[in-house]
Amino acid sequence: MKRVKRRYLALQVDSDGLPSQKEFMDAVWNAVTKLYGEYGASLTSMALIDYDVKKNTVVIRTSLATVDLVRTSLASITSVADKEAAVHVLAVSGTIKALRNKVRE
Amino acid sequence: MRKTFADLHLRLNVRDHATALRVITKAAALGYRLIAVPFPPETHRDEVTKLKAVCSEAKIDFASRIDLRPRTQNELMHQLRRLRRKFEVICVACENKEVARQAAKDHRVDLLNFPLLDFRRRFFDRAEAELASNSLAALEIDIKPLLVLEGPARIRFLSSLRREAAIARKFHVPLVISSGVSEAKLLRRPREMAALTFLFGLDEASALKAVSHNPVAIVKRNREKLSAKFVAPGIRVIKEGKDC
Repeated sequence: MKRVKRRYLALQVDSDGLPSQKEFMDAVWNAVTKLYGEYGASLTSMALIDYDVKKNTVVIRTSLATVDLVRTSLASITSVADKEAAVHVLAVSGTIKALRNKVRE
Repeated sequence: MRKTFADLHLRLNVRDHATALRVITKAAALGYRLIAVPFPPETHRDEVTKLKAVCSEAKIDFASRIDLRPRTQNELMHQLRRLRRKFEVICVACENKEVARQAAKDHRVDLLNFPLLDFRRRFFDRAEAELASNSLAALEIDIKPLLVLEGPARIRFLSSLRREAAIARKFHVPLVISSGVSEAKLLRRPREMAALTFLFGLDEASALKAVSHNPVAIVKRNREKLSAKFVAPGIRVIKEGKDC
């Protein structure tokens, strides 16, 4: 079976209050489902890897084929847990280690 | 080479200094190097200068812009004659077909904008594109409706944009992607704006061009035309004096 290539995305959550992990991921799944439907969402294999409350940064994983789809959906998020919010992509990388280096730069 | 990203449509209330400063600082932090803010036609020079100073404080380039909303062809011509030399970017909001056609063929118009939600009054068809491609006018698309609309309204909006983007590509009409927002929370990074354009069929290269090269080229071209050294397209004064 062919190995599925993945990409890790470092995100910054720009929100008035700090949402919980569940609230954040609900907002992301909602955005993907609204734009691409349940079929599109199922292709992303999205998962939460890290949620840093102090820095307001999040790392999520998705399949390489759906990076653009996830980026578009993240850009369309305007609220998380009924509070105005924006999610910005800081970096995209193939490994968590390289991602952390990119964010540090 | 690093791209210079631009947002030619930041709707700021010039009198609300604090909000304007917050949005401008946010735009600079998100990676924009050039912004344009629309002013009303009767704007005093001082207000433009004041905002320019705010932008230079935030280390971001600023271009003055005016949005014209003429009802007839003659009104458009009159406004262009009066205002072309006062602003760096001129956008025409095409409310009817007569104005849309005139705006598309006039060399003094930089951007064509169409009503966001009235889909029957989006006049960017093949004829409009052909006129625009001969006159260097670009089609401006605001991203804000994509963020605030939901359901059937967003579906209809995306379908119009997909059709218009395809026509623009066919007739080589440059696309300019702007935010059209007035709040800092709705601002997106340039690459996120480019990602949102995937929804209406733009590829990555043209999407990035629409947030960098195309808007920057418009401002550069107009600044050259408005400078004292400009004589005619391709001709400018390079030296003056007795020893020439």
